[in-house]
Amino acid sequence: TSRTQCLRSDNKVTVNFINRDGEKITVKGSPGDSLLDIVINEDLDFDGFGACEGTLACSTCHLIFDEDVYKNLGPVTDEEMDMLDLAYGLTDTSRLGCQICLTKSMEGMVARVPESVADIRQSKDGSS
Amino acid sequence: ISNVSTPFSSCRPKVCIVGSGPAGFYTAQHLIKARPDVDVDIYERLPVPFGLVRFGVAPDHPEVKNVINTFTQTAKHTCCSFYGNVTVGKDVSVGELQQAYHAVVLSYGAEGNRSMGVPGEDLAGVYSAKDFVGWYNGLPSCQELSPDLSCETAVILGQGNVALDVARILLSPIDILKKTDITQPALEALAESHVRRVLIVGRRGPVQIACTIKELREMVNLPDTRPEMVAADFEGVKDAVKDLPRPRKRLTELMLKTAMEIPGEKEQERRNNASRVWSFRFFRSPIEIMADPDNKRTAGIRLAVNKLEGSGDGARAVLTGEVEDVSCGLVISSIGYKSLPIDPSVPFDSSKAIVPNSMGRVQQAAGLYCSGWLKTGPTGVIATTMNNSFDTARSLVEDMDSGTLDISAAKPGSQSISGLLEKRGVKPVIFSDWEKIDSVEMSRGEAAGKPREKLLTVEEMLGH
Ligand SMILES: Cc1cc2nc3c(=O)[nH]c(=O)nc-3n(C[C@H](O)[C@H](O)[C@H](O)COP(=O)(O)OP(=O)(O)OC[C@H]3O[C@@H](n4cnc5c(N)ncnc54)[C@H](O)[C@@H]3O)c2cc1C
Ligand code: FES
Repeated sequence: TSRTQCLRSDNKVTVNFINRDGEKITVKGSPGDSLLDIVINEDLDFDGFGACEGTLACSTCHLIFDEDVYKNLGPVTDEEMDMLDLAYGLTDTSRLGCQICLTKSMEGMVARVPESVADIRQSKDGSS
Repeated sequence: ISNVSTPFSSCRPKVCIVGSGPAGFYTAQHLIKARPDVDVDIYERLPVPFGLVRFGVAPDHPEVKNVINTFTQTAKHTCCSFYGNVTVGKDVSVGELQQAYHAVVLSYGAEGNRSMGVPGEDLAGVYSAKDFVGWYNGLPSCQELSPDLSCETAVILGQGNVALDVARILLSPIDILKKTDITQPALEALAESHVRRVLIVGRRGPVQIACTIKELREMVNLPDTRPEMVAADFEGVKDAVKDLPRPRKRLTELMLKTAMEIPGEKEQERRNNASRVWSFRFFRSPIEIMADPDNKRTAGIRLAVNKLEGSGDGARAVLTGEVEDVSCGLVISSIGYKSLPIDPSVPFDSSKAIVPNSMGRVQQAAGLYCSGWLKTGPTGVIATTMNNSFDTARSLVEDMDSGTLDISAAKPGSQSISGLLEKRGVKPVIFSDWEKIDSVEMSRGEAAGKPREKLLTVEEMLGH
């Protein structure tokens, strides 16, 4: 299958993550992997990342991209947008890492893990 | 069960956590990671862990429950122990825990219920969403509920995600529910249910609705149901949309589309063939639940008609003086959960129904912390709880590192508490006991074609 073909190591794609402390972490992933897969495979330590294990039920895999990278990430479904709407620090170039499938054309891209702002953000979303 | 006492282990900082919901587990996870030298014990009232992930999250949301895998990893960590079947405040006091541990984190959630405070609230046929949810999710204390589903119309008061969960469970085709971990008695009752119409009632308007878009979209797409909205409720909403922040905007647009747009042919056909109906009723507050004169059962509800003063999030519902009566045989109030005090020694803010704290440090109580719904009030999703629990763990670690929290003297931890519990005839359930319960539930589920068949009584849980 195309998937096994992609696993050839010379086909690997470099991805740069910027963690919550602003540190840059450079790893490689195989085309076809999701960005969540890479975080797990590489054992990247982003607190609480991927809580629902890539099933589009949490928003903890929220990542922020530069505009030009964002445009190259492929289409966003309504369901992904729905979960993103619950993410903290939502931006116009936010995506859910578990929904982004790595391709060759993403070589060298930067994905930023948003800060989790403390306490202030609660309130609003309660029952009315 | 008991830890072997070595000089080394007795010097380790000892922390205990009260409650094993997401708050308890996420607090533990962060503590263990940030301070590998810490021992964390989790005390839980029920013999089974995970709080509302097991007893709240809807059975048709299995993906949400994936968090259990991470919690299980935490529970199996060598620094972490689980003691179920221990009610803090009854079997052991918070003061006793503070004696035994360097720090106590309260994360026992929000198990109380906000009441409507209207006449007729106690009639047969009126339930709180909390009990109704507990019933279909197998919470032992709610198994007696056996709600009467013989009526055609149900009214749900409140328009948050819990209200939509309840509406969805009432209206879902039974073939969908059959494949979930909903309890067998609930499945049987719902298969016999006569409920065909569910009204989801809110005090304010569409722009103030409390649910999130994922849950709304699930309603819109629910097989064999159609929406029935009141066009007049959406007057002026279209103009308000463009100024709203993105989440609120998309939510409102989906409602507008559902209520106002003429659907395409396929959707029209789907709606025409639907046998069940759901609808939002806006600008209505309950005044009274009316009884059937013969048998004292719920026969209807009287709603006050409101208008809004102000706009946006801060808009207030004010009475117009008009009322509307709706006939219904089932009323489910979903106006919020509420934390309760469990021990008189712990500060409690009764008006906000939380433990007063700053960044998870309980005010005027050194060594005492709180996280989760007890800390913030009962709002937000698991990710919200996760973040606020990490914050509490950070505060606690900061206090250990800075010396604000004195961890120099050795504390006995679970050793002394185990002794106390034994004297009091309380037998804790440890995590490996839960794993036995878990495997019994899974194999029972397998036999029934479900992911899990939950044990429904504490006795049965303790028997495994
Ligand atoms: C009906 C419902 C559906 C939900 N669905 C979703 C969803 O689909 N997705 C989502 O992200 N979020 C959902 N949530 C929100 C989520 O459940 C909460 O954010 C989260 O569970 C709060 O965690 P907590 O640990 O503070 O409380 P809880 O989960 O309530 O945990 C508290 C624990 O403390 C224990 N306890 C109570 N008293 C004592 C005592 N005296 N001694 C010892 N232990 C005690 C309880 O038994 C319980 O295990 C839902 C909530 C509800 C009510
Ligand atoms: S991991 Fe939960 S939405 Fe991506």
